[in-house]
Amino acid sequence: MERIDVVIVGGGLAGLSCAYGLADSGLTVLVLERGDFSGSKNVTGGRIYLEPVRRLLPDLWDEAPLERHVVRERLTLLGRTNSTSIDHYSDRRDQRPYPSYTILRARFDRWLSEKVAERGGFVIPQKRVDDLLMDGKRVVGVTAGDEEIPARVVVAADGVLSFLAERAGLRRDFEPEDLAVGYKEIIHLGDRKIEDRFNLEPGQGAAQLFVGAITGGMMGGGFIYTNKETISLGMVLGLAPLTRLQNGIEAYRLLDAFKERPEIRRLVEGGETVEYSAHLIPEGGIRRLAGLVRDGMLVVGDAAGFGLNMLVTVRGMEYAMISGVLAAETIKRAAQSNDFSASTLSHYEYLLKRSVIIRDMETFRRSAEILKNPRLFSLYPQSVCDLLEKVMEIDEKPKERLSSTVFKELRRNILTLRGIKDLWSLRGI
Amino acid sequence: MEIQEKLAVDAFKNDTESHITLDQEKCMICRERFCIYACPAHLYELNEESRKMQVEFAGCLECGTCLIACIYGAVTWRYPRGEFGVQYRYG
Repeated sequence: MERIDVVIVGGGLAGLSCAYGLADSGLTVLVLERGDFSGSKNVTGGRIYLEPVRRLLPDLWDEAPLERHVVRERLTLLGRTNSTSIDHYSDRRDQRPYPSYTILRARFDRWLSEKVAERGGFVIPQKRVDDLLMDGKRVVGVTAGDEEIPARVVVAADGVLSFLAERAGLRRDFEPEDLAVGYKEIIHLGDRKIEDRFNLEPGQGAAQLFVGAITGGMMGGGFIYTNKETISLGMVLGLAPLTRLQNGIEAYRLLDAFKERPEIRRLVEGGETVEYSAHLIPEGGIRRLAGLVRDGMLVVGDAAGFGLNMLVTVRGMEYAMISGVLAAETIKRAAQSNDFSASTLSHYEYLLKRSVIIRDMETFRRSAEILKNPRLFSLYPQSVCDLLEKVMEIDEKPKERLSSTVFKELRRNILTLRGIKDLWSLRGI
Repeated sequence: MEIQEKLAVDAFKNDTESHITLDQEKCMICRERFCIYACPAHLYELNEESRKMQVEFAGCLECGTCLIACIYGAVTWRYPRGEFGVQYRYG
């Protein structure tokens, strides 16, 4: 079989962005996707930030199948029987070009794969790659079933579990600390109901995060993103607490309990669940990054561990796209000198270090560690809700001064030595 | 909503062979059974009669959580073959 220039394993955002970046280079580019079509195995919580990728992939966004542009962000702290929300609306986010959108991957990735094909890349579906082809220490292609597919360079874009990166020694063994599981329902409501219930104009979208009593003290939280006709409603849970606590709660039941909360019930009432999905999320941070290149191979996107939990925002999809484009630039450069050795491909690492990916991951270096504190997911959300409940309460007794109600509540759980230490630890985020 | 109802709305193309296998010897000594708690599709179960762990591969959402959650390394998990497994229409 003829040797392909570039074989990209995985037709998700990282792999397709790499293919898109390479498609005008004259190199033959093959994307191998194990699903029926690109996106059919991919899942997102629901939102992509376009500002970090707009300049790198400028022609894409006007006709892309995005859902709603997010203008309203809501953060809800959940106590056991009460909750407190901060609702932030920004008129700026309602101006073109819109900075962030909700998104559904089965639609978006499929469309992006069509764009790659239009530009001359080949996207082959239903093709599961099983292994790397090796020549000594050099990666010289991949195998899929009985088929050998030789290539000058292989791009591992095979997602968070990346068996290829593992095989190549470019991924550390996973610890439960490095991963979270996200799972969600897509609930069909129709555009009018979505706009009414989430206080939106046509086309506008909302993003809502929930932290507190719903995870039973485990690291994680709930989310809702509004799509055009549906909402994405789900949860994320750290795998470490799931493999440490014997709390007798199955993860999937927590989502049902979340849906039953009065704060959520009326939002989803009358809706029809049309899909249920799950996916792992890399949350190990920069300390868990392993090597990114070896002779004849690069690793991009989730496969490389490019995901980041910044507490109030969770990132990953833009990192996938950026790393794909940077890998494409590196491959084009390597092709000029016909040298795909690790030292030439290390230009990719150089580009990454200067990019927003590694800089963000450096800045938020300590966030994974800070997020291990279970009090962030139980005690403090509960305390804030109880404080507000006391402040708003009127009973038959004469009302205390507001300042003393507040101070008493704060002193109970927040203005303690431990509380102040926890607060101080947040400066690392 | 029962978990089986949720899985029933998904599109699956099931292979005849399972892509998940369990090492029953390791499962025998496991007391924690994190697979049962962690799997978002609730595919893992302890068979009360045989006392063996069983997994229903047909509803697998392909997240791989069980592979990491099993601290004894009893789960062998790989992606289903090219044409098979869950096919998301929304994602």
